[in-house]
Amino acid sequence: MSRPSPSSRSSAPIATSTTVAPTGAPTRPASSRRSCSGGTRRGEATAGWLFVLPVILILGTFLLVPVLMALWVSFSDWSGRGSPLSPTVHVVGLDNYAAITTGGGLQTRDFGTALRNNAWYVVLVVPLQTALSLFLAVLVSRRILRGRGFFRTAFYFPSVTSSVAITVLWLFLFSFAGPVNAIIAKLGAEGPNWFSDPRGIVHVALGGLGISSGPTALTDGDFLGVTWWDWLSGPSVAMSALILMAVFTTSGTFMLLFIAALQNIGVELAEAGTMDGANAWQRFWHITLPQLRPTLFTVITLGLIGCWQVFDQIYTGTQGGPAKTTVTPAYLSYTAAFQNQNWGIGAAIAFILFLIIIVFTLFQRWALRERPVSRRRIRAYQPRRTEGATPVKESAS
Amino acid sequence: MSSPLTAVTAVEAQTGAEPSAFTPLRRRHRFTTRSLVGQIALYAMLVVLALIYIYPFLVQVATSFKTEQDAASDPISLLPQTFTVAAYERLFLHSDFPLWFANSAVVTVVVTLGRVFFVSLAGYALARLRFRGRGIVFAAVVGVMAVPAVVLLIPKFLVLNQLGLYDSYAGMILPLLVDAAGVFIMKNFFESIPESVEEQARIDGAGTFRVFWSIVLPMARPALVTIVILSFQGSWNELSHFIVSTQSPGLTTLTKGVASLASGQLSQGTQYPLKLAAAAIMTIPVAVLFFIFQRRIMNTSEGAVKG
Repeated sequence: MSRPSPSSRSSAPIATSTTVAPTGAPTRPASSRRSCSGGTRRGEATAGWLFVLPVILILGTFLLVPVLMALWVSFSDWSGRGSPLSPTVHVVGLDNYAAITTGGGLQTRDFGTALRNNAWYVVLVVPLQTALSLFLAVLVSRRILRGRGFFRTAFYFPSVTSSVAITVLWLFLFSFAGPVNAIIAKLGAEGPNWFSDPRGIVHVALGGLGISSGPTALTDGDFLGVTWWDWLSGPSVAMSALILMAVFTTSGTFMLLFIAALQNIGVELAEAGTMDGANAWQRFWHITLPQLRPTLFTVITLGLIGCWQVFDQIYTGTQGGPAKTTVTPAYLSYTAAFQNQNWGIGAAIAFILFLIIIVFTLFQRWALRERPVSRRRIRAYQPRRTEGATPVKESAS
Repeated sequence: MSSPLTAVTAVEAQTGAEPSAFTPLRRRHRFTTRSLVGQIALYAMLVVLALIYIYPFLVQVATSFKTEQDAASDPISLLPQTFTVAAYERLFLHSDFPLWFANSAVVTVVVTLGRVFFVSLAGYALARLRFRGRGIVFAAVVGVMAVPAVVLLIPKFLVLNQLGLYDSYAGMILPLLVDAAGVFIMKNFFESIPESVEEQARIDGAGTFRVFWSIVLPMARPALVTIVILSFQGSWNELSHFIVSTQSPGLTTLTKGVASLASGQLSQGTQYPLKLAAAAIMTIPVAVLFFIFQRRIMNTSEGAVKG
């Protein structure tokens, strides 16, 4: 009982000072307590609603209402002056959406470029971070391992730092005269000028093979104002540095998820595999990995959702440069609205981004859907069954 | 145990749990030269990986104590040629850095306290109290979790502006005060603890809030710690919300301030020691939190050891 008292003292005044909306909630249940103290379950409905009221109010005000308002703005010609709900603002229908998806103008080209940049980011970051985090989890999950805690801490630590701090660090690490290039120089090569290099890495690789311009089939056609050849450019060197950063910072978090999952998997199946003569790789691929499916789904989904939202790193680090090769839809939406005052366009980009994220999540859910026999159910039953079963077996034998 | 090649040792790790199930004889058999080489390879790989993960932070701290010339001429070294605290001096005595730090601290503390309270209150109601519309409220909370934060940049600004909360502490704090994921975590936790204790208290005549506050909440410490960690880290590291909710220099938080330092002043020389010092200091509070609650964050390790 002594525990909650300090927090009760400090949280009460804060609740009253900061907000008008939620103040009612913490105090009112106290009065409703008296009314419900007679019957054990009377007044429960009132208390229930009062308890969830602050959450509903805040989520409603700062999530639901904003989304509706932005949806309205995306269909309007609001220019940032006055209220978007004022009568001087007109409905323009799908004009904002049309401006960024058709016509091949600057808005379309910028949007196409942003999509291209972010698509490459997703294509590289999601598999890399998933594979690396699984690899790290497997490494540090060995039963006999000295310094297990140290290694886990080391791998997880980048995850606790803020995106701003890590971007500042990355700008230094990958600066032209920075540590990464110094190490590359020690190895006898010359590092690129990372954050000023707009060349796509696929183009760089092709350039190394002597191909400097694409076939006309690719350079003539275009999608969203960006030629197919440019769609295939790969992430720019600058973006590649950010891709490495994303893998570096997120692998620790996902490693923890995989560690937890690996622990929940029983050893029995793997042992049975050993008995059947499966080698380590076969056991991992055919026994362990299938059981990790739910976690794999979680990690890939979280990765996809996170990767389409790259904003902090761009805002802090590159501001979209060099040559717009690190502009992402999220950052483009921000600059369109807050810097260029094209609020309708900015909101429209945000909603297209929203759609993209939903589609990817649903696709992922479908692709990794659980087959008739639910793995999770198998896993849920496993520990109980073995606990009950093994002693019996032992006493029998 | 058929053929753990040294290169595959890493992959074999997840099945490395099995030796305990085997007889000692089988185990002794394992310590052959081949498995010894495998062990060495495993540790070598782990050490190299750990170095890759830690070195950037070491070089960050080292560089923050270097002079600008030193940082440029010898970026890899972990020892400053001439040790100087000029970067820190400038940050604390000749910049708005202390103000940014204070703003971040205020917002983080208020948001964390508020979240712990509101989120556990709602989680308890959704887990235990029977009321009409409970299912809908929960579904709405789960639905809200799916809305990506970045999509809300413009929307949040619009509403804050409309409500007159733009560029104020209230506007910075209120939208962060509740977190749908937290409600979800608390609800799951409350469902996992037995109801019998509360029933007893309720029969003894305690009201709903009383039962929640004095009986349920103290039992929920593990989950509350999770909420504290998540909301502290989340609000301390938050950037985009402060970009769209404030503009005056007096309300700049660390994230926003350091981001402006990183981008805005590039023209005045690189100033890496200064920027890295700022980034290092803003990492300290979350690092401290991490080391305090390391057990809890990494609690997966305990189960592994005894398993």
